[in-house]
Amino acid sequence: MFKKKRTLIALVEDKPGVLNRVVSLFRRRGYNIQSLAVGGSERTGLSRMSFVVVGDSAVVEQVRKQLDKLIDVVKVSDITDMDAVFRELALIKVKAPASVRSEIMQIVDIFRANIVDVSLNSLTVEVTGDDSKIGSLIGLLHRFGIKEIARTGKIAITRGGVKD
Amino acid sequence: MNKTGAQILCDSLVKEGVEVIFGILGGALLPLYDILPQYPQIRHILTRHEQGAVHAAEGYARATGRVGVCIATSGPGATNLVTGIADAYMDSVPLVAITGQVATPFIGKDAFQETDITGITLPITKYNYLVTDVTRLAEIVKEAFHIAQTGRPGPVLIDIPKDVLQAVTNFVYPEKVNLPSYKITSRGHMAQIRRAVKLIDKAERPLIIAGRGILISRAWDELKLLAEKAQIPVVSTLLGLSSFPGRHILNFGMLGMHGMAYANLAVQNADLVIAIGMRFDDRATANTDDFAPLARIIHIDIDPAEISKNVPADVPIVGDVKAVLNVLNKEVGSNDHLEWVSQLGQWKYEYPLVDLSQGDKLLPQYIVEQICEVTQGDTVVVTGVGQHQMWAAQHFTYTRLNSFISAGGLGPMGFGLPAAMGARIGLPEETVWCIDGDGSFQMNIQELGTIAQERIAIKIAIMNNGFLGMVRQWQEMFYHGRYVHTKLWNPDFVKIAEAYDIPGIRVKHKEEVVSAINRAMDCPGPFLLDFAVEPEENVYPMVSPGENLAKFIDTPRPEVLSK
Repeated sequence: MFKKKRTLIALVEDKPGVLNRVVSLFRRRGYNIQSLAVGGSERTGLSRMSFVVVGDSAVVEQVRKQLDKLIDVVKVSDITDMDAVFRELALIKVKAPASVRSEIMQIVDIFRANIVDVSLNSLTVEVTGDDSKIGSLIGLLHRFGIKEIARTGKIAITRGGVKD
Repeated sequence: MNKTGAQILCDSLVKEGVEVIFGILGGALLPLYDILPQYPQIRHILTRHEQGAVHAAEGYARATGRVGVCIATSGPGATNLVTGIADAYMDSVPLVAITGQVATPFIGKDAFQETDITGITLPITKYNYLVTDVTRLAEIVKEAFHIAQTGRPGPVLIDIPKDVLQAVTNFVYPEKVNLPSYKITSRGHMAQIRRAVKLIDKAERPLIIAGRGILISRAWDELKLLAEKAQIPVVSTLLGLSSFPGRHILNFGMLGMHGMAYANLAVQNADLVIAIGMRFDDRATANTDDFAPLARIIHIDIDPAEISKNVPADVPIVGDVKAVLNVLNKEVGSNDHLEWVSQLGQWKYEYPLVDLSQGDKLLPQYIVEQICEVTQGDTVVVTGVGQHQMWAAQHFTYTRLNSFISAGGLGPMGFGLPAAMGARIGLPEETVWCIDGDGSFQMNIQELGTIAQERIAIKIAIMNNGFLGMVRQWQEMFYHGRYVHTKLWNPDFVKIAEAYDIPGIRVKHKEEVVSAINRAMDCPGPFLLDFAVEPEENVYPMVSPGENLAKFIDTPRPEVLSK
């Protein structure tokens, strides 16, 4: 069957061990997580987890149901096909000797990214966006020599008007 | 009122109506066991191994439908519970396992008898707790019992450090649990039920597959009503046995790898499968790609994650089996499927189980049938795991509801003896037969000590073939008869029983079987029968791994051979 990337969001109890339960489930059932982001939510005592998983629709439906079965999970939604905002933040440290520095800064400008750290030989770029935006920026910076990349993983929220 | 953690635990168990706990103490549990005599309402059964304790608690839970409770000390005590916890998880058995833990300041320091039992049991419990604060203890016990027995039942583990047992706080047992994220869908979706009714009403060859969910939900009357109203034949999974009357004209036995040929043929030829409280285990379905190829599938189960996990459902109904059937039965039209039912009857006639009336050999199947005959089926049968388990499933006619207790999903050898103890303790008025194999029996043989100490009056029948028989059968059939490490040297089980002050006899001949069973029944206490059965008898029918259910290897028949 056709495998594709799906984004799930889960509202979970903010208790010790919950992340472990969730990750253990993925390991135990052999599901593939491409990215996972966890943080607070609008409700005290609850966290929001965003997952990107890869699999055919039957697998992803199983992931959703198995997650929902965990006692600490309040709600799980597959929002891939919903009207939602997806964002990820990446920090990219790129080699930047004086000769190419301005060229890099131009690219950064076009992507509405920021330079958050500068040293003699490198620049650190902060970029926010969806997969393809971050992907193309990384692609463009590649030829300058990328020293390090740190990515948060995708987080998502449904657009206003969509019911909870 | 101020109480210690140990007292709070006991008071909470009393509040939950716990009448018996199975366990073994140890250093971390001393504060608890020290005060246990203050709670005479809680009977404690001291087993000889923690695996015995957890299987006994499972046997108790499976026989009574109440939550089984077992207890073990930290470290090795806790790890010895793991097999039984995994088993309870696979077979949806309501179980609360309590483990001692080293005192909180020692946690994470690799202290003596410390183990991360909540980490170890994470994937095999419905939920688990490490109690770090005594003020949370009562609430946690309340939650644990609630989670264990509601929805799809399962094991819950509570790990309690020694200092939490000693700490003091005000004891108030909560009235209600506060678990907003724990949700159960018990009433089926009406639109789906209507779709199911439509399919049932127009089906020509419908078939019910009854699983353990019927027993858990106590929906046997509803199942019977559905089958009779619409004249739908019923086959069972291994764990669904005894959910539908054994001698009912619509009962066509067990499906699966060692299912009846006619049950498997029914599945492969049905145009509608109504799967109730079952999870399409591979031992039941054989090759799922070719499972019930002509059928639409209605799947009724309380666990949404079971829907379309192994076999895609055309009509999924998530809900409590009893509640769903209640609604469904009202909507379903009366029907008769004369042609279909008589077709199944024809298959039943064409493919009977092995003929036991002939020959002098002491066959295990014959013994099972004679236990059924002598007891008139009025007994609870508990099995170990292996060939004897399949013979007990095939050859005993389960006329009594919920009278077959067996470990189906995990298949832990050694289950039979302790589970039979637990079943008998839960049902002290009932006869309990433990049908075991010589290999399986020896995996928890030490529980004879518990049986002797507590005078637990179970009847033990060992199908002693001197082999790890099921594995031997596979070696014979699929590994060219190379018997590698399946032959067992066995002790004299009658002498072993005698050493434990349990009477027993060895039976070598077919004609002694009935009198031996009668003798066991006449004995008021425990009794052991060691049957020296035909060593290389195989379980038939058998569906080879990877084949579909219709491609069974049938029971070899002398008249066919002679042709």
